[in-house]
Amino acid sequence: METALVSSDTGAPVISGSGLVKRFADFEAVRGIDFQVRRGEAFGFLGPNGAGKSSTMRMVSCMSPRSGGDLRVLGMDPDTHGPAIRARIGLVPQEDNLDRELTVRQNLHVYGRYFGLTRKQVRAKAVELIEFARLTDRADHDVEPLSGGMKRRLTIARALVNDPEVLLLDEPTTGLDPQARHLLWEKLFALKQRGVTLIITTHYMDEAEQLCDRLVVMDAGRIVAEGSPAELITRYVTREVLELRFSPGDQHGAVDSVRDLADRVEVLPDRLLLYTTDGDATAVRAHDRGVRPTSTLVRRSTLEDVFLRLTGRTLVE
Amino acid sequence: MTATLDQPTAVATGVVVRPWRAVLLRVEGQWTWYRRHWTASLLSSGLQPVLFLAAMGIGFGSQVRPGPLTGGMPYLAYVAPTILVSGLITIAVAEAGLPVLSGFKWKQDYWAVASSPVTPGQLFTAELVWITLRLVLGSVLYLVVTTLVGGWTSAGALLVAPIAILTGAACATPVMAFAATTKGDGHAFAAVNRFVVMPMTLFAGTFFPVDRLPVVVRPLAWISPLWHGNELARGVALGGLRLWPAVGHLAVLVGLLVFGLVLGRRCFRRRLVV
Repeated sequence: METALVSSDTGAPVISGSGLVKRFADFEAVRGIDFQVRRGEAFGFLGPNGAGKSSTMRMVSCMSPRSGGDLRVLGMDPDTHGPAIRARIGLVPQEDNLDRELTVRQNLHVYGRYFGLTRKQVRAKAVELIEFARLTDRADHDVEPLSGGMKRRLTIARALVNDPEVLLLDEPTTGLDPQARHLLWEKLFALKQRGVTLIITTHYMDEAEQLCDRLVVMDAGRIVAEGSPAELITRYVTREVLELRFSPGDQHGAVDSVRDLADRVEVLPDRLLLYTTDGDATAVRAHDRGVRPTSTLVRRSTLEDVFLRLTGRTLVE
Repeated sequence: MTATLDQPTAVATGVVVRPWRAVLLRVEGQWTWYRRHWTASLLSSGLQPVLFLAAMGIGFGSQVRPGPLTGGMPYLAYVAPTILVSGLITIAVAEAGLPVLSGFKWKQDYWAVASSPVTPGQLFTAELVWITLRLVLGSVLYLVVTTLVGGWTSAGALLVAPIAILTGAACATPVMAFAATTKGDGHAFAAVNRFVVMPMTLFAGTFFPVDRLPVVVRPLAWISPLWHGNELARGVALGGLRLWPAVGHLAVLVGLLVFGLVLGRRCFRRRLVV
C-alpha cells in the first residue's frame, strides 16, 4: 500500500498547548505559547539556546509540570496522567542516558520491560530495533565503546521500544558527523511513514527543513513564527540571497551603493547579504554601480536566513 | 480537511504497570546489571562484615576473656550479631550514596526510567528494595561464615539477619534522599562516612557496651540507629531482650525507615520532575 503523507489537518491534535508557561523561580523559560501538533506530522521547535525549546519538550514528555496555561498530550493532562502518556510516547533526550554498563540488547530489554512488555515481546522487539539502528553486529557488545552516532541510534531505538505514537526528539543530531546525521534522518523518515508523530527541537536549520512539515520558531520563551519551512521562507525572507564577499572591512563602503537594490541588506564581517527575488539581476546592477566584491554567490534563501532574521543579527533595512 | 485514509496510524504497545510490578521491573533491571558485575560488587561490599568478623571477632576476640561485660559469652559470640548490623549499615549507606547520585548525575539511568511509565516514587522504592536484597545477600554470606566458626550460641541468631537488614534499610532511606538532593560530586558522602557511620560503628555498642562510654557521650550512641539495631540483635542472639525496650528499638528503626521512605520518594520526584 502506498502511504500518503499529509501535513495538513488530520483531525484532533495529539498535542496542544495554550498559554503554556514554565517558570524556574523568578526566571520564565516559556512565556505563554500556543501550539498544536497533528497526528502523523513532523513538528519542529526551533530557537537559539535558552529559547525555551527543551523546557517545552520536558513539559510535553510529562517530566516537568507546567507553571501556567493548558497542555494536552494524546487528550490527557501531563500533570495528572504522566505515566499513561509516557506509556504511549517515546523520548530521545538531548544527552544519551543509555546504561553504558549493559550491552546494546540489554538496554532495550530492560527499558522495554518498564513499559509492561513481556520478556517474549522485548526479545522480539530488541531484534527489530537493533536492525533498525544498524547495530546488529554490536548487539551483544557493551554500550560504552560505541561511537557517538551508534549511541544516538541506540537511544532512538530505545525510545521506540513501546511503538510510540509520538516520538519527542530533543536535538537528536547534535554532535554527530554528517554521515551519522543523514542516517538518522533516514530513520526518522521511516518512522514518519509508519505514522509516528515526530516532535523535534533543533538549532540545525537544514535538519528542520529536511524533517519538519511544520515548525515554530521560539525566542526568549515565546513563539515568534509558525508555519511550514517553505511558508516561513516566503513570509520572512526573499526567494534568493546575493552574497557579496569583500576583504574584511571593505564591505562597509559598498552598503550605500546597494541599499536600494534589495528588500534588505545585512552586513556581516566579510560580506553583504542582499535579500532579493532575483540574485543574478541584482548582482549585475551592483556591478553597474561600481561595486567590486572579491566574489559573489547567488543562493536560494534557507530557513537559516529566516531563523537569523527572527532571532537576531544586526540588520540594515 | 484532507482525507487521511492511507495514512498509517501508530498504536503504542506500552502500558502503565501496577505500582508493585513497576518496582519489580526496576529490580529486574538492576539484576540484569548485577549479573554482569557481581564479582566486583560482592568483593567490595558483601564480604565487608565477614572481614570485620575475622579481624575483631576471631583475631582481636582471641585476646578477650569472657566476663561480665560480654555476658559471660566468648567475645566472638558477643560481637557476631552487632558486626552484622554495623556491616550492613556500612553497605547500605555506601549503596545509597554515590550509586544513587550517579543515577541522577553520571550514569543518568534514573532519567531514562523517569521517561517510562515508572514513576520517580516507584523508582525510589525499587532502589530501596534492591539495596535491601544486597543486604540480604550480605547477611546470608555472614550467617554461613559465622555458623562455620561457631559464632552463634542460640537459635535466636536466626532473627539477627532481619534486624540487621531492617537497620541497614532504615539508614539507607535518608541517605538516598540526601543523594537525590546532592548537586555536587558526592564529597558529602565521605563526610557522612567519616562523621556519622564510622563513629557510630565504633561507639554505638558494636564492640563494647555503651555504658563504658563517658556519661556525656552516651546520648549520642542512644540516638544512633546502630545502637537500636545492636540492642535488638544482641538481645535475640544472646537472650535477655525485654519486650518494651524491644518495641521501642523496633519503633525507632521502622520510624526512620518510613521517614526516609516518604522523604526519599519526595526528593526523587523533585529531582526528576522539575
